Amino acid sequence: MSVLIDGSTTFIIQGITGREAVNMTRECKDYGAKVVGGVTPGRKGRDVYGVPVYDTVRQITDQMRVDGAVVSVPPGFAKDAALEAIDAGIKLVVIVTERIPRGEVAEILEFAKLRGSRVIGPNCLGLISPGKSKMGGIGGTAEGTRKAFVAGSIGVMSRSGGMTTEICNTLSAAGLGISTAVSIGGDPIIGSTYAELMPLFEADSQTKAIVVYSEPGGPYEAQLAAYLTHRKSRLPVVAFMAGRFMDEMPGMRFGHAGTIVEGRADTSTEKIRLMQQAGITVAESIESIPSLIQERLSR
Amino acid sequence: MRFYEHEAKTLLGRQGLPLPKSGNAKTPEEAEQIAGQIAGTVVLKSQVLSGGRMKAGGIRFAGSPQEARREAGAILALAINGQRPRSVLVEAKAPVRKEFYAGVIYDALAKRPVLIFSDMGGIDIEQVAEQHPEHVARAHFSVLEPFSDYQAKNVVASLGITGNQLSRLTPILTRLVRLFLQYNLTLAEINPLCELEDGNFLCLDCHLDMEEEARDRHTRLLQELGVGREETRQARPPTPFEIRGAQVDALDNKGVAGHVIEFDGDLGLIIGAGGGSLTLLDAVRKHGGRPANYCEIGGNPSVRKACELTKLILSKPGVEKIAVMMNVVSNTRVDIMARGVIKGVIEAGYQPKDKITFFRIPGSWEDEGARILRKYGVEYGDRSVSMDEAARRAVVNMRGR
Amino acid sequence: MPMFIRVEVDPSVARRADLAKKLVEVCPVDIFAQNADQSLRIVEDNLDECVLCDLCIQACPAGTVKITKLYEQA
Ligand code: SF4
Repeated sequence: MSVLIDGSTTFIIQGITGREAVNMTRECKDYGAKVVGGVTPGRKGRDVYGVPVYDTVRQITDQMRVDGAVVSVPPGFAKDAALEAIDAGIKLVVIVTERIPRGEVAEILEFAKLRGSRVIGPNCLGLISPGKSKMGGIGGTAEGTRKAFVAGSIGVMSRSGGMTTEICNTLSAAGLGISTAVSIGGDPIIGSTYAELMPLFEADSQTKAIVVYSEPGGPYEAQLAAYLTHRKSRLPVVAFMAGRFMDEMPGMRFGHAGTIVEGRADTSTEKIRLMQQAGITVAESIESIPSLIQERLSR
Repeated sequence: MRFYEHEAKTLLGRQGLPLPKSGNAKTPEEAEQIAGQIAGTVVLKSQVLSGGRMKAGGIRFAGSPQEARREAGAILALAINGQRPRSVLVEAKAPVRKEFYAGVIYDALAKRPVLIFSDMGGIDIEQVAEQHPEHVARAHFSVLEPFSDYQAKNVVASLGITGNQLSRLTPILTRLVRLFLQYNLTLAEINPLCELEDGNFLCLDCHLDMEEEARDRHTRLLQELGVGREETRQARPPTPFEIRGAQVDALDNKGVAGHVIEFDGDLGLIIGAGGGSLTLLDAVRKHGGRPANYCEIGGNPSVRKACELTKLILSKPGVEKIAVMMNVVSNTRVDIMARGVIKGVIEAGYQPKDKITFFRIPGSWEDEGARILRKYGVEYGDRSVSMDEAARRAVVNMRGR
Repeated sequence: MPMFIRVEVDPSVARRADLAKKLVEVCPVDIFAQNADQSLRIVEDNLDECVLCDLCIQACPAGTVKITKLYEQA
């Protein structure tokens, strides 16, 4: 099993003729993902690495089953693209685009909730179930992805796309491997938070433990801590907190758009305290994560 | 991006929100003139982006234009939390009967905006929420459905407010919500929102933040307000070094090599990407290193950009050496980064092996990158060297090899 | 002065306007340009940006475009 995607997941890429999307299409296809179509308005009839291009999402969903969509269009068009995918009945929408204003993200998410679609991102690299499929640029080329992501038993959720790869590479090298890794996005408001994805990992028999990459700013780590406090999870959670230095520099923007310390509750110190209180093991370095997991699993 | 109070009030005015008579003065003379036009007692308010203006002496009163001129001079000369005031806002002093609070922000958990209202205005809303929760009302609202007066009315009425107050407050809150949505604000706050002796309401102070990501959608407005593209409006203004960093990043549109933030250490950092930079800066400090800067590399920047960034960092006074480190990369290319950094070091007049304490970027084109580094005698760390270990070696190598 | 990459184009190719135009089109980092007489010019300033994609080599007759990695020389 895996979470959200597996070898049979079919998906489309919106904005498929864009520079980044062209690379992503090739990388996903090379990895074995079922990319069944792409959309760029006005480019119907072309193809990108053998993937047919259409003008609208409906032109694809009218002919075949589409499980997911990757939105990789410029920020000014991202809201419309996401709404189009949701309206066409696509249930998993991964938004790669950065710099979408919060109000538009809120619109997308409200509409998604209304129609029962799940959104990952924005500002993320997508997700991967090693050996089965990947949706989005996560891991890069098929070869690079195979190097860093080996199938295994750890579920990974990360606010940083690059650090998703770093952490998974560490877990793979240590022989633990990955069940599913989700780059959840670095924006202040995201479609799927740690706590919202936890039940999916809990229901996945392949997953034995969870690794979380977290940053200062925003309430999502506190939400995860509250979730674990109220409901005993079968999965031990190990978290890494980056950007601890930022506590000394409130109001300054580092890293992702969502990473700005605005109040007392969203400093790294406070988040670490909350997570530890909820039974999460907080790692001091990425390299120490595998041994901390082993320790939690053998308890 | 935070607006100065006078800018924010211009926006409130456009939405039809009630404001005191005012003018923005850049000099004491202008303040005198505005005070003369207003007539009566005026309030002079320092235009800085920092809070705590009252305590710092940035808000003063004047009974005559001459006094306004004197006080404006004093305010303009007074830095608050390290910030020099832009100007002085001169406003008619209003006879206040009661203070309220109205604000709109996004609730990241509900993933919707929320309207917040309190009948205890004039103080920090978080403090009111902690000590007098019964005086704070909240209502989330949809961004798909239209916002209508009744929603604002419900919020106000939920605190037991009725009569003239209810009917006056309702449209003010509605307009605040419209303003928030129209201008892509992330915070819109009127505090205090005042009821005057005559029953009218005025917005006496306000705080508006526009989302960075939305700035280019409001270029006309920002131009009208005189907000420059280069103004970051962060907790502190950018230093010349940081401004030059932004210029390097603007050299071309290939990837990111910028967002430089200055520290006062001796180890220059060329690090990435977003999360990787945060992780590496922590790691360098943990191992006793003194970073000279923060930066973010990502999206496969050009050789030119990496080269210029390297030169910029090496030119910073106090920088002895640099470390080049990133998480496992899939988009950025190791060989392109290696070329850029080595070129930068050489163009700055140094030998790469003397200046680069450690180079750890695993990932795409790593073999090619390693070949380049080998030729110049720079130590390369692949993915078998953890980020933490890379940071440790970078710090150790500061002391010479 | 380029530090890492040298690009050599055979004069028989450099003289031909059609091939010069093709090279300008394929190179993603603008290493090729055309002179007023349509012949090929190499943009020295951009040489180090070469991403080793080989598109220029594929665009011309075999052996007429040569990319040298200067860091691989002794
Ligand atoms: S190899 Fe690619 S980047 Fe280099 S010169 Fe040829 S076309 Fe340009």
